[in-house]
Amino acid sequence: MSVKLTEEMLTALPDARGHFGAFGGRFVSETLMDSLMTLEREYLRLKKDPEFQATFDKDLADYVGRPSPLYFAERLTRETGGAQIWLKREDLNHTGAHKVNNTIGQALLASFLGKKRIIAETGAGQHGVATATVCARLGLECHVFMGAEDVQRQSLNVYRMKLLGAQVHSVQSGSRTLKDAMNDAMRDWVTNVDDTFYIIGTVAGPHPYPLLVRDFQSVIGRETRSQSLEKTGKLPDALVACVGGGSNAIGMFYPFLTDESVQLYGVEAGGLGIETGQHAAPLCAGRPGVLHGNRTYLMEDDDGQIAATHSVSAGLDYPGVGPEHSWLKDIGRANYVSVTDDEALDAFRMLTLVEGIMPALETAHAVAYAVKLAATMDKDQMVVINISGRGDKDIHTIAQLDGIEL
Amino acid sequence: MSRIEGVLQTLKGQGRKALIPFITAGDPHPDETVGLMHTMVDAGVNIIELGVPFSDPMADGPVIQLACERALKHSTSLRRVLAIVREFRQTNDTTPVVLMGYLNPIEAMGYEAFADAAAEAGVDGVLTVDLPPEEAGDVAPLFAERGLDSIFLLAPTTTDERIRAIADHSSGYVYYVSFNGVTGAAKINVEEVAAKVAHVHELTALPVAVGFGIRDAETAAAVGRVSDGVIVGSVLVDTIARNQADIEELKRALTDLLNPMREALDSLAS
Ligand SMILES: Cc1ncc(COP(=O)(O)O)c(C=O)c1O
Repeated sequence: MSVKLTEEMLTALPDARGHFGAFGGRFVSETLMDSLMTLEREYLRLKKDPEFQATFDKDLADYVGRPSPLYFAERLTRETGGAQIWLKREDLNHTGAHKVNNTIGQALLASFLGKKRIIAETGAGQHGVATATVCARLGLECHVFMGAEDVQRQSLNVYRMKLLGAQVHSVQSGSRTLKDAMNDAMRDWVTNVDDTFYIIGTVAGPHPYPLLVRDFQSVIGRETRSQSLEKTGKLPDALVACVGGGSNAIGMFYPFLTDESVQLYGVEAGGLGIETGQHAAPLCAGRPGVLHGNRTYLMEDDDGQIAATHSVSAGLDYPGVGPEHSWLKDIGRANYVSVTDDEALDAFRMLTLVEGIMPALETAHAVAYAVKLAATMDKDQMVVINISGRGDKDIHTIAQLDGIEL
Repeated sequence: MSRIEGVLQTLKGQGRKALIPFITAGDPHPDETVGLMHTMVDAGVNIIELGVPFSDPMADGPVIQLACERALKHSTSLRRVLAIVREFRQTNDTTPVVLMGYLNPIEAMGYEAFADAAAEAGVDGVLTVDLPPEEAGDVAPLFAERGLDSIFLLAPTTTDERIRAIADHSSGYVYYVSFNGVTGAAKINVEEVAAKVAHVHELTALPVAVGFGIRDAETAAAVGRVSDGVIVGSVLVDTIARNQADIEELKRALTDLLNPMREALDSLAS
């Protein structure tokens, strides 16, 4: 079932129309087409421009604090009793998550395009914070759209964004979560397309976003690859990352796609359990459709209406997923699995107590699956978990579940 | 010749402009939509754009978002919308009906199954907001084979090269979106629209209908003067929202809105 991928196959994707096999593309209203085509043209040019790349690399080093460490979780490994567990520490990045790798890149693009007004959608608020941060640094006007439910459950990040000078728009429509934030961001973009740059926070959206966000996030996998060779003399046997839209996962997976020996695991939000329907796991339990500018696996009803999702983690609470993951699923290169809210919460506590590292609830999904996986593997094997973000933002949610008022 | 082409040619021969209302099917209730369509025909409209409700109407402002929510509360699926058109056709064989919506409900039904069912129900054209011609390669031939017109959008941001390419993929008419924004906004600048539509006319022989921001007889006449037709949406949908409790009152209100627009457009006739 699995196809052996080659470098040539990968460089041919996405194709000129932004397709990864049957997925991806550019499904937007006409008003946005010219902007997307300009963005694509400029990005493909800047991708090869040494000056642009040098600026990006310098910002990642001096502002974000890269490279992030690859850390051997010795005690977690001992407690698990299986494969060696290593953690790629994206939680140590400036602003506390992988999201900033992408916002640095896109803000740089916006500057090259001469756009002074920035919009973004956010779920957990990490992308919103990362966007507000780069806007503060570059003196750009920043508007962040966030579902009203997420404004409540991620109030700490809302305040951070405000301190950073961003305007946070609480979105009241639909399910009042990430998908609705993205709808309203698209509406703002259509309205202000002449002067506005939309910094999308994940590998979803219309072409060229899945391409450029993947490129910006691939620094995670490139570093992991060389750090792994340096520290252990070999490549990892398995990589595990959580999947909301899929940006931290693709960033980790992409530089390993042609390494057949490396197993890839994307962990979706199983919510209350796949069988309950109350989850956010389109790759595990959805079917292909079109939303937010691309064709991909979606959670929808029989009539093609987008389904309500549920996850304890705001950043995974999204009915779609980046199109490249849909393609990787269909060709069998990556495995997509899910863990429930409860399993993720247990993993949050476990990593906190055993390693002194408090992961984001999104990340805790990857931790939960990786621990199960490692237990089934040999002691000389190696699993890397992408620790996509830190958990400070989730402390209110955890406290609430514990019945504690902060 | 398609029903849409026929209607637009006849109007052109008379020196008249098309009045094209948009309402969301199933709003306020699917049982009422056929009646509202007949009411609008009686008020002198020429083509009806029927919105297919979608959970995530990204190109729409709050007025049409709420209409989608009302319609979806009563489970107005794409299949139900097709049943509405079939029922309308039992007593109206002349007024073209264009389905306007988003791609996912069509994709969920299956392109071929939808094309068959739409043609069978008496649909005349399909306008899918999030389907630019570049992505329509699989579906457009299925529509053409069944005599369904493919209607695409043009926007203020559309380059000349794209205007030509989009017109090549279009039949019936092209829909010019009068400003950068979502439905229901009040941003229309009639001079800008006039200049752009005149330019579009130089690039294609297809009729050009203009929508977004037309809310009364005055804007209808101003835009009608430079185009082949005007599309009126949010102001009608807002009227539906305000009168949803009393259908007879609603029909009177729609008629009161459309009559002056019809008169204003006809007063332009040379
Ligand atoms: C820490 C963290 N991890 C993961 C995600 C999920 O996004 P993605 O799947 O694009 O990495 C988020 C999104 O908010 C996040 O904040």
